[in-house]
Amino acid sequence: MTGAPIITMDRVQKRFGRDVLAVESMSLTINQGDFVSFLGPSGCGKSTALKMIAGLLPLTAGTITITPPDRKSEQDLAFVFQEPTLMPWATVEDNVYLPLRLAGVNRQQAAPRVQRALVDVGLSKFAGSYPRALSGGMKMRVSIARAMVTQPRILLMDEPFAALDEMTRTKLNDDVVRLAATHGLTVVFVTHSVFESVYLSNRVVVMAARPGRVAAELTLETPWPRTDDYRISAEFSQECRRVSDTLKGTLDANDIDH
Amino acid sequence: MPMTSTTDPVGEEAAPINTEHLIRARRERILSWVMPIVTICLAIAAWEWAVRHYEIPHYLIPAPSLIAETLVKDGPSLMVSAWFTVKLTFMSLALAIIGGVLLGALFALSRPIEMSLFPFAVILQVTPVVAIAPLILIYVDSTFAALLICAWIVAFFPILSGTVMGLRSADHNLRDLFTLYRATPWQRLRYLLAPSALPYFMSALKVAGGLSLIGAVVAEFVAGAAGQNTGLASRIIESSFRSEIPRMFAALVLVSALGIVIFLMTTWLSRRVLGHWHESEIRRDT
Repeated sequence: MTGAPIITMDRVQKRFGRDVLAVESMSLTINQGDFVSFLGPSGCGKSTALKMIAGLLPLTAGTITITPPDRKSEQDLAFVFQEPTLMPWATVEDNVYLPLRLAGVNRQQAAPRVQRALVDVGLSKFAGSYPRALSGGMKMRVSIARAMVTQPRILLMDEPFAALDEMTRTKLNDDVVRLAATHGLTVVFVTHSVFESVYLSNRVVVMAARPGRVAAELTLETPWPRTDDYRISAEFSQECRRVSDTLKGTLDANDIDH
Repeated sequence: MPMTSTTDPVGEEAAPINTEHLIRARRERILSWVMPIVTICLAIAAWEWAVRHYEIPHYLIPAPSLIAETLVKDGPSLMVSAWFTVKLTFMSLALAIIGGVLLGALFALSRPIEMSLFPFAVILQVTPVVAIAPLILIYVDSTFAALLICAWIVAFFPILSGTVMGLRSADHNLRDLFTLYRATPWQRLRYLLAPSALPYFMSALKVAGGLSLIGAVVAEFVAGAAGQNTGLASRIIESSFRSEIPRMFAALVLVSALGIVIFLMTTWLSRRVLGHWHESEIRRDT
């Protein structure tokens, strides 16, 4: 399912101030069509790494290359934050329209694309609602629709479902897998949930804290995209155990009690 | 009220509507209007009664009826004064909004500018306007312009600080999102910073609305001693020199009324602008 390299991180380092080494030296190649999870405890630099890929944080050292390098439009890359990050003064429709509006697409031209993005996340009936009227899960769907409206190649997600209840999270996980598969997206997904990373991704990058670094890279061979049945299969349990053991190993090595 | 049964044998009929709750909600809505009006009327009636009963002379405390009479009798001349104060108040408020928003935007855009100019804004704010007013009256030829400057000084600061704080209050993730989509500075201002600042601006406007009236009245008081203008405040002073207490009260009523109108206008505007999304103005259904 994966193709040519699309994101290449070469000895990427990030320091905050003089003392805090958030990411020590991270090298990683993410290929077209990959679904990569950054898994690790808080403080391991996984969100920092993601923000650097997005270009939202300057690097202290190293390079990140996104191929092809000349991003013709701003719409190539989308980001979903931990919070839904919606504009409370704008309707669902206007929130989803935002990336296109910023790219200079007028409302009429954008309307069908906005509509399609809302249909994709099952919220077409709520186009005129304000965010405050929606549940946490619905707000997150709007956030995903906004990310998808520009038809990006790369989707970066920063613990998007951490604050949601188990049932909503499961459902949204399925939605993300479906969207990634149908649109051929490359996804980088930050999470601290072993189950989530195993269910969603074909590669798990286990990160360790203090300083933040890549502790292990695991490839999950289970065919992708996966269906709900996978969650209750023996294979899923085994993979979870394998990832979990790796994660524990890095925590023990770090001698941090959690 | 009949009690509703808890078991419904049919099971398909809609449950009876909680009419008691609806009636109570409506009663509360009506009371929210009726109660204040009734209390004010009672207070005025008590005042009228006390003045008559204890035979308080009108040069000490005039009865409400006498104040009303004075309002009618002196109506035309008081209205001229009221119009002067209205003009002064609203022009100073408008200038405060223009100045405060422009300077606030400048401050929010550039830290160095803020650091250099903020001390001046603070000095203007902390120095009592009564203390500056005599100087301004000396330096500025036109009394109206001088009064306008005084009232503006008072009303300007809340708008400035509200605007600066509001423009800075935009959600950090939303800022990142705008960066990610390479928004131009104008797009950022138009679609992110301005809407984020609106709640702060509206609450600043409510404060500044009241302050512009206070500024206008105080400035008139200072200038009024010179007797060069005809605002409501100078009418109060003039009447006090002549011991025309009922007219003092009549002018005072008009000043209060103006204050109330400004308050209602800013409150209405705030609800109008923020009502559909901001917590402060959302009416929660119970």
